[in-house]
Amino acid sequence: MVTVADVVEQLELRVVTQTVSLETTVTGGYTSDLLSCVMAKAQAGNVWVTLQAHPNVVAVASLLELSCVIITEDTQVETSTIERAEKEGVPILSTPLGSYAMVEGLSGLGIHGNARAE
Amino acid sequence: MKSREADANRIDEFTRVQELVYELKIEQVMTTDVLVVTPDTHMAELMDIFRLNRISGCPVLKAGQLVGIVSLEDLIKAIARGEIESLVQDNMTSPVITVSAHESVIEAVKRFSQFRVGRLPVIDSQKRLIGILTSGDITRGLLKAIQVDYHTEEISKYRASHIFEDITSDKTSLILRYKVSARDFDHGGEASSKIKRALERLGGQPQVVRRVAIATYEAEMNIVIHTDNGGEIIAEIQPEQIRILAIDYGPGIPDIDMAMKPGYSTASELIRELGFGAGMGLFNIYRCADNMNLQSETGQGTRLEVLFSTGVHERTD
Repeated sequence: MVTVADVVEQLELRVVTQTVSLETTVTGGYTSDLLSCVMAKAQAGNVWVTLQAHPNVVAVASLLELSCVIITEDTQVETSTIERAEKEGVPILSTPLGSYAMVEGLSGLGIHGNARAE
Repeated sequence: MKSREADANRIDEFTRVQELVYELKIEQVMTTDVLVVTPDTHMAELMDIFRLNRISGCPVLKAGQLVGIVSLEDLIKAIARGEIESLVQDNMTSPVITVSAHESVIEAVKRFSQFRVGRLPVIDSQKRLIGILTSGDITRGLLKAIQVDYHTEEISKYRASHIFEDITSDKTSLILRYKVSARDFDHGGEASSKIKRALERLGGQPQVVRRVAIATYEAEMNIVIHTDNGGEIIAEIQPEQIRILAIDYGPGIPDIDMAMKPGYSTASELIRELGFGAGMGLFNIYRCADNMNLQSETGQGTRLEVLFSTGVHERTD
């Protein structure tokens, strides 16, 4: 059972939110920078890898009950995003890696994409 | 709606008990006020201790160290042999079966079952006696934990979920309205988030709630992205059906058929840079809905109606 905390530790990610729990179990992963694609395909408990860092990322993650959002390319996370994430209880993690390399790392932990299209 | 939920709640409670047995630590359910005796206590005195305190056993400590345990059974045997003046040390059981304070309750359950004892002294990492545990303590601890869980959940759920049962009418619907501001990306998605929470409070099925949340989000973001003056989201909630209306007086959709096609978008470059404008919005709504009705007039506005069936049928009594 991989949790968000395990992902942070194993892949050395920076935790951007302060008060949000990292104990959620990760069910799989999804990558896209287009929000509607995430709305259509990501499943509850997934990690979402994206370089988008604006507050709507939190809205999507919250609605879909994703386990966390990993923001790649060291993209600066807006304060409004962090505030919304703390409020909604969505962990925001950050990495200097690009999305491809990040996904490779996650895959190594056994976190895979959703096989079946919803 | 009520009886199906009650069954689901009962099953939830049952697995929650199992969870709790593993989650709760012995130190959370044990009694810390432990009555103890010394090895040189007379059994006659023990009898009074048991009687006055209504206990059926207690640990035996010598110089602060746990050396044995003596029970009502030991007392009865002593009396039967005519040895009521004998000392605890001649009647006690040793060594003692114990549990550690930071072990989880399941360990105690296993030990009770394996050794058929009435009570388990609880020791700390230095093997000092810090409490005592009976199966009654475990039951009480579990009930308390469930009650706390239940209480918090019930308060949130009860407030809302009984609305449709408590209020009598020929038809009851709950209508929620939200204003949506154009280009307000900071607050975009708030209406759908609030509607989702309302549906959860009302006891909506998770799968249905998810579909409603996704469709409403897309409808809401369409208003944020494509209009100059914003619009409104209206959720009409009935026991058998949820209706989402997204209304605006914005530019309208010139070609509805094209707009429904995945990948087709009229969003600006700036919007696309934010990750919107994938051209999936209306298509996502279509896939989530049980029924969809889109009307639009260029220069006048758009009216989107999305229907979801909850699978609960209207009671005809």
